[in-house]
Amino acid sequence: MLNIKNLSASINGKTIISGLNLEVKEGEVHAIMGPNGSGKSTLASVIAGRETFDVDEGTITYMGKNLLDLPAETRAREGIFLGFQYPVEIPGVSIANFMRTAINEKRKYLGLEPLTGAEFLKLMEEKKKMVDIQSKLTNRSVNEGFSGGEKKKNEIFQMAMLEPRLAILDETDSGLDIDALKVVAKGVNKLRRPDNATIVITHYQRLLDYITPDFVHVLYDGRIIKSGDKNLALELEKKGYDWVKKEAPAGV
Amino acid sequence: MKDDDNKILQEVTGSDYKYGFYTDIEMDQAPPGLTEDTIRFISAKKNEPEFMLEFRLKAFRHWQTLKEPEWAHVEYPSINYQDLIYYSAPRKKPKYDNIDEVDPELLETFEKLGIPLDEQKSLAGVAVDAVMDSVSVGSTFKKTLEEQGVIFCSFSEALQKHPELIKKHMGTVVPYTDNFFAALNSAVFSDGSFAYIPKGVKCPLELSTYFRINAANTGQFERTLIVAEEGSYVSYMEGCTAPIRDENQLHAAIVEIIAHKDAEVKYSTVQNWWPGDKEGKGGVYNFVTKRGICEGDNSKISWTQVETGSAVTWKYPSLILKGDNSTGEFYSVAVTNNKQQADTGTKMIHLGKNTRSTIISKGISAGQSNNSYRGLVKTSKKAENARNFSQCDSLLLGDQSGAHTFPYLDVGNRTSIVEHEATTSKISEDQLFYCLQRGIDMEGAIGLIVNGYAKEVLSKLPMEFAVEAQKLLSVSLEGSVG
Repeated sequence: MLNIKNLSASINGKTIISGLNLEVKEGEVHAIMGPNGSGKSTLASVIAGRETFDVDEGTITYMGKNLLDLPAETRAREGIFLGFQYPVEIPGVSIANFMRTAINEKRKYLGLEPLTGAEFLKLMEEKKKMVDIQSKLTNRSVNEGFSGGEKKKNEIFQMAMLEPRLAILDETDSGLDIDALKVVAKGVNKLRRPDNATIVITHYQRLLDYITPDFVHVLYDGRIIKSGDKNLALELEKKGYDWVKKEAPAGV
Repeated sequence: MKDDDNKILQEVTGSDYKYGFYTDIEMDQAPPGLTEDTIRFISAKKNEPEFMLEFRLKAFRHWQTLKEPEWAHVEYPSINYQDLIYYSAPRKKPKYDNIDEVDPELLETFEKLGIPLDEQKSLAGVAVDAVMDSVSVGSTFKKTLEEQGVIFCSFSEALQKHPELIKKHMGTVVPYTDNFFAALNSAVFSDGSFAYIPKGVKCPLELSTYFRINAANTGQFERTLIVAEEGSYVSYMEGCTAPIRDENQLHAAIVEIIAHKDAEVKYSTVQNWWPGDKEGKGGVYNFVTKRGICEGDNSKISWTQVETGSAVTWKYPSLILKGDNSTGEFYSVAVTNNKQQADTGTKMIHLGKNTRSTIISKGISAGQSNNSYRGLVKTSKKAENARNFSQCDSLLLGDQSGAHTFPYLDVGNRTSIVEHEATTSKISEDQLFYCLQRGIDMEGAIGLIVNGYAKEVLSKLPMEFAVEAQKLLSVSLEGSVG
């Protein structure tokens, strides 16, 4: 589904990602872990197509397409979803209106008729139940005055609404208490299907107690220096990142 | 549906059009230039009562002593008032036996203006009085209104049928001595709308008027007069569009509103005249004087405006709160893009006791445009316990546009409370990317964010107007972020 080869990316001339390789197949959950500043969020932004980052080298193929040729909104319509680490506020725009616009843009791109008001409301009710969010939330302006937990739940709700093929969750667990974390994880697990994939970017192994990854990768200095299964996350939790750094052969 | 449209349009254009003074095709336009003769020509064309001609001539003589104001934060080439045409009527004789005879351009214009003269409109409770160029082409729903004693017609018609009402009220809120453009309008005004709501009547329909500038090089001098008698209520809507023009067009309208004891007038306007091309060439100059007076105790007037058009806008819908406990409201969204310039705001003059006013102004500047809020809040010595709250927000798109706020406060007594809040913000790259990542393209994202920002004001508009206004905001900002 997603194939990243030898990717290098920079911001304002400063290289953040260098020589990164990653392959994600349908039905898989990948966890990307790593210390602060290792390039985790940059990787998410580059896949989503944020233009503040320059791709200097390498390729990203997604569903057989050259992803780097597509603008951010097309990538989204093609099924890439980014759950933001710091979701922004959009004052005066209700979540319902925001989602209806997004869904209908996607449908237009796919050559489908826009959802009617009634169809949209039905879908929204269904998804709200699915990810266990309060009914009132969708009447509020996007993220305006939301608590940290509400913001992250809102991201998961949007993910449920948009039914992505590839979801990237960028530190969705940060700043969450254990209950909110469970809600988020439950949402992700419910949305898991054989034909979609998820990349979970996280600092801590805590989230992985609730979302079981097929693969765990350690990102350090802009590249993946170690990959393994879920046990790698447990090991990292115990030993910290230093041992992986030491183990990593130079130049990989 | 199409047939219904045509049927209704035919009814509208075929009836009510009995004023013979412009059936002479040869003489449907005044020659360019402005002299006393021009004014006599206009007045004679319209078969006006003597007092009207006198009023025009007095205004004209006064206008000649005035200089064009220069204090607004706008720049435009000087206008040669002798080059303008001060009167023009629709070209075709509007008596039709069959819809096929209707000028297809006229039909197309109605289409473009989005005036669905169909039954949906009636269900939505909207009466339409379409002003094509300077002369009113027709009115609908007159019957419903007449049953209640509501008068809603073109200004010309009102002058024929209700001269005493015009004579009594016209110029009492905006005297011809008020300012340069008001004097000019008073001298040469072409047509406009008149609404009169009798005592105790809640107007059963939203009164809606569409203005449009049509003939090239024609100054438009509309005149609106709304009188709400004791205990009455009316919601009045005005909207306008203009097609592409090469030459600048001057528009200097006057709107006067009078609310008597316990009366309420809600005035809403969406204004999207041709703003000129990206270089700022062409486009309408909109120099308008709008003022209302809360004459009686407990009366209320609210202005809601969405301004997206005009090359240059100079407009301050104002209120005089004379009656005790009267309320004034001003809700405004002004969008400028490319090289547009807008200097707009309001004046709230508190004269009565316990008078209250609210000002919510939302400016949006994109491109290389300049958007200024200019407001005055004045409480007189007698205006005990007067209260005002003002909030002026500016939103900037890109780094070449300008937002300016000029609030003037003049507090005349110790018991009044005046509050002013102002913010300036930008659409952040984070907000745009958030929208893009959800599959909404750049223009959609800007439209969404801007509409959210302006929501407080848009929500004050009548429902169907609000929907139009939302679309308009998005369209106005197309291409504003490259």
